[in-house]
Amino acid sequence: MKIPEIDLYLIAPEIIITAFGFLVLLLDVFLPKEERKGYLGIISLIGIVVAFLFTLPQMRSVKSGFEGMFISDGYALFFKITFLIIAFLTVLISIGYTQREGIAFGEYYALILFATLGMMLMAAGTHLIIIFLGLETMSISIYILAGMMREDKRSVEAALKYFLLGAFATGFLLYGIALIYGATGSFHLKDIASYIATKNLLRSPMLLMSLVFLTIGFGFKIASVPFHMWTPDVYEGAPTSITAFMATGVKAAGFSALIRVFFSALPAFRPDWTSIMWVICVATMTLGNIVAISQTNIKRMLAYSSIAHAGYILVAFVAGNDLGTSGILFYLMAYAFMNIGAFTVVILLGKKGEENTLISDYAGIGFKYPLLAASMTIFLLSMAGIPPLGGFMAKFYVFSAAVKSKFYWLAILGVLNSAVSVYYYLRVTVLMYFRESEREITGLQFAPASVIALILTVIGTLYMGIFPANVLSLAQRSIAGLM
Amino acid sequence: MAENIATIFQWLIFLGVAFTSIIASLLVITRKNTIHSALFLVLTFLCVAVLYLLLYSQFIAIIQVVVYAGAIVMLIVFVIMLLDLEQELRSGLKLFYSKVIGGLLAVLFLFGIIYSVVAKSPTGKMGSYTPDKVSANVKAVGEMLFTQYLFPFEIVSVLLVAAIVGAVILSKKRT
Repeated sequence: MKIPEIDLYLIAPEIIITAFGFLVLLLDVFLPKEERKGYLGIISLIGIVVAFLFTLPQMRSVKSGFEGMFISDGYALFFKITFLIIAFLTVLISIGYTQREGIAFGEYYALILFATLGMMLMAAGTHLIIIFLGLETMSISIYILAGMMREDKRSVEAALKYFLLGAFATGFLLYGIALIYGATGSFHLKDIASYIATKNLLRSPMLLMSLVFLTIGFGFKIASVPFHMWTPDVYEGAPTSITAFMATGVKAAGFSALIRVFFSALPAFRPDWTSIMWVICVATMTLGNIVAISQTNIKRMLAYSSIAHAGYILVAFVAGNDLGTSGILFYLMAYAFMNIGAFTVVILLGKKGEENTLISDYAGIGFKYPLLAASMTIFLLSMAGIPPLGGFMAKFYVFSAAVKSKFYWLAILGVLNSAVSVYYYLRVTVLMYFRESEREITGLQFAPASVIALILTVIGTLYMGIFPANVLSLAQRSIAGLM
Repeated sequence: MAENIATIFQWLIFLGVAFTSIIASLLVITRKNTIHSALFLVLTFLCVAVLYLLLYSQFIAIIQVVVYAGAIVMLIVFVIMLLDLEQELRSGLKLFYSKVIGGLLAVLFLFGIIYSVVAKSPTGKMGSYTPDKVSANVKAVGEMLFTQYLFPFEIVSVLLVAAIVGAVILSKKRT
């Protein structure tokens, strides 16, 4: 019996996140008073920062461990940093929001940390079992978080819908993994690639089926058309802080696993998946943008916009070159800032029992809450892709990657879609500044933590737009060795 | 002589269990009372578990009992209790189409099995029983789980904790 080498330093960020998750769960019992539950959020924040500090020094070298199941390369670390930033911002906006809505349980923060752990494993796993377990850890935590507001029917509906459809998608993913194992006899991504190359299994029906199933499984998590049906209802019903977490974290994690599996295990099938993804990509962009126009609820609008953004990111996935992949990393980080920022504004504009999530509620807030409206404008313009904001640079890299790989039509359709999206993003801005409010929104309480999150996201969005080179060069260094 | 008796004994067990499982599975689909159907389903699963044991596959046998007879039938019974199917049946639920489709599928699967057994010889080692060599498969699985697959094993523990925490938080009384 061979005892495997256990390198705990390699998984230090994961261990810290898990440990703090349990710590929060335990402390919850000893902090009985409702008003003291804010401390749990702060402990989670400390845990995320500590994990972040352990992630950064690992940047220096590429190390693999646990029988080659886990790798700490630039790609994994870039995603881990993205996930930790997302988790940090999510916890920040949650502190005020959960107390307002009466869901400030220790379990809430613990589940956010467990979900983050799952995401980190998805990015760092080089073994299909690890990737699958990471995905499940993330998904199960999110299903529960989506249904936290038990008294709200929409929240329960969101959790149930996401759970049932998600379980179904997981089944597809697992079936795909099983078929890959059946065809190649391995779960290791590199072994799968080399086995396919040596045995020339390009027309193996088993592997082609598994390709389809993996596309469905990951396509569900990143909310691409036609696996997007759950998105608007779940995003609308879930607690807003969790919606922000889902739209950024789950999407980023889905892409991290999708890129890792397709690029390092199934590169031989590129012609096959390029043609599938091309269609999915165009459908995702177009449907997301066109349906977003007719939405009256801001959370639903942002849900459709997040579908559209998944489409833009898929443009770079189809392009499949270095610029595209680093563009995806850049895009996901920029999207994290602007999207969490937008949801923070949505949270700040609501109060207990009165969420104010109709787009018409935004009329006139430009005069009443100028800073709130200004930051919302920054986030929306960034999502629309207007310079000098992060969203513009992200789209620029993504579309130029498509041009570089000669997918001219894809780039043209992407830019056209982006033009369509300007309409519904600007509509909110116009409402905020040029329309009198029909209904007074009063008595808003701005939780300090949420305001800090708002400031951080504004800074992040501006920074990535004005100084994109720093993050982009980091992303470019990160993907070395992946392709 | 002793070996002969052992073989005959195995055959007797096989025949008994096989026929019991067929009868039980017929009862599953013919009983009007859904709870009775579920209980006969447990019997079917247990019989299949014994069949696995005869094939020296202890691990699959245990999993069959724990997962199928234990967890899955529990879920089925739970859903039956929640749904109150009796009332639906009384209100005249017509199962004609599902019977036709189900029957067609069953025949299709039967042909599939016959085809794969008769026309296309199964891969792997041939013989009436799985060799005793793999009979230590529980040990083998356990060993793999705690050495090569130690890391995934640990992740599963976090996954299960998350699920349990979720079950508690979603169902416990809130003050």
